[in-house]
Amino acid sequence: MRSNASHYDLIAPATLDAVLEILAAEPGHYTPIAGGTEIMVALGAGRLAQKNLVSINQIKELRFIETTPSQLIIGSGTTFTDIRNSAIIQSDFPLLTQAASWTGSIANQNRGTLGGNIVNGSPAADSPPALLAYEATLTLISTRGTRQMPYADFHLGYKKTALAPDELIQSITLKRIFTGYIPYARKVGTRNAQAISKVAIAALALIQDDTLEDIRIGAASLRDRPSRLTATERTLRGQTITQDTIVTLISQARATLTTEAHPIDDIRSTAKYRAAVAANLLEEFLHSLMNP
Amino acid sequence: MTQITFTINKEKKTVEAPPMKRLLDVLREDLHLTGAKEGCGEGECGSCSVLLNGELVNSCLIPALQAEGATITTIEGIAPLAAPDQKLHPIQQCFLEKGGAQCGICTPGMILATHHLLEKYPQPTLLQIQEGLAGNLCRCTGYTRIFEAVQSAASQSNP
Repeated sequence: MRSNASHYDLIAPATLDAVLEILAAEPGHYTPIAGGTEIMVALGAGRLAQKNLVSINQIKELRFIETTPSQLIIGSGTTFTDIRNSAIIQSDFPLLTQAASWTGSIANQNRGTLGGNIVNGSPAADSPPALLAYEATLTLISTRGTRQMPYADFHLGYKKTALAPDELIQSITLKRIFTGYIPYARKVGTRNAQAISKVAIAALALIQDDTLEDIRIGAASLRDRPSRLTATERTLRGQTITQDTIVTLISQARATLTTEAHPIDDIRSTAKYRAAVAANLLEEFLHSLMNP
Repeated sequence: MTQITFTINKEKKTVEAPPMKRLLDVLREDLHLTGAKEGCGEGECGSCSVLLNGELVNSCLIPALQAEGATITTIEGIAPLAAPDQKLHPIQQCFLEKGGAQCGICTPGMILATHHLLEKYPQPTLLQIQEGLAGNLCRCTGYTRIFEAVQSAASQSNP
């Protein structure tokens, strides 16, 4: 059953300060809504529990992509279309461009925001694996000021985050230190266009003289939250990767991934399938490093 | 109820509606513009597509208040974008000629998505057409004739 829209309230303050004041006045009373690609689905399905919403879609202060020599700062209200159109993201953070391009359809990308994708907290969301691989930092803002935290610490459990009820994500910061890294991204879903992933991986590797100097693997739908496969990374980091070692390396990495991943059975897939596919993706990634 | 003012198909309109009412319902119920259809109601099928400030969006996912001050084009207003007195937009004409419409539920969204696509890529590749229309589901045509209609519209507008 669809919800009755007249049972809901929505306000649209003109400035970020005004939004923060409203969130601070009665923490938890208002829920922010940006592009609406999640909240409006819940409304349409009659399962939107929050009755009071505050629009942040119109807040221009949250929609920006700022580049400095050492970092890139993306406003939380930046849409996936904005991300896809950014030349600097394409060149320096290709995993993020890739993630944006497979987030829903063009119409969803025109509305959905990076901040919304993060706060919604879905373990299957498209952008988190890339943000984890790039070790993003979040800047959170409230009337109390701003605070920064590693994105890796943001998701606390299934749809649970470290965001306080009076806070918004202001921006996402990425360090421009990935020159020479080999990117790998693959999403496995029911079809290419706008399917929610069964499992997805976004990874980076730096190889020097046949040694895996650095490796970062972000994953979707393998745990109750978006997560980095840190144990699998530890298994691989510092190892020699050549034709002679690759078979052993793959078998070690697959074994670690299998103990580290805790996928579930749900409407989109089974735990068994997800674990098997994730190991296959990891193998494909490692093979791709042999012929970059 | 909140007063919401926007420009729709070049006309300024003010409606009184709950601020969380879906733009799709405002269009259909308050403005009697029934070209935008409801298919899935969750942003998967694209039959409720409209152009909001020039961007393709699903009107079932837009709360009415977020359309305040916006410029909206629905399928009813697409023909005059090509020429003031035009009955059919060239894209509509191509869908007609190529058999790109059968039952018609998806067609308004397909045409608006095509309009949005051709603004970005005047001469799209087949892959660009497929991606541009990937958010618009058709259960009748098998898409082939729709792609042909888009290709035909692209070649006509940019000879």
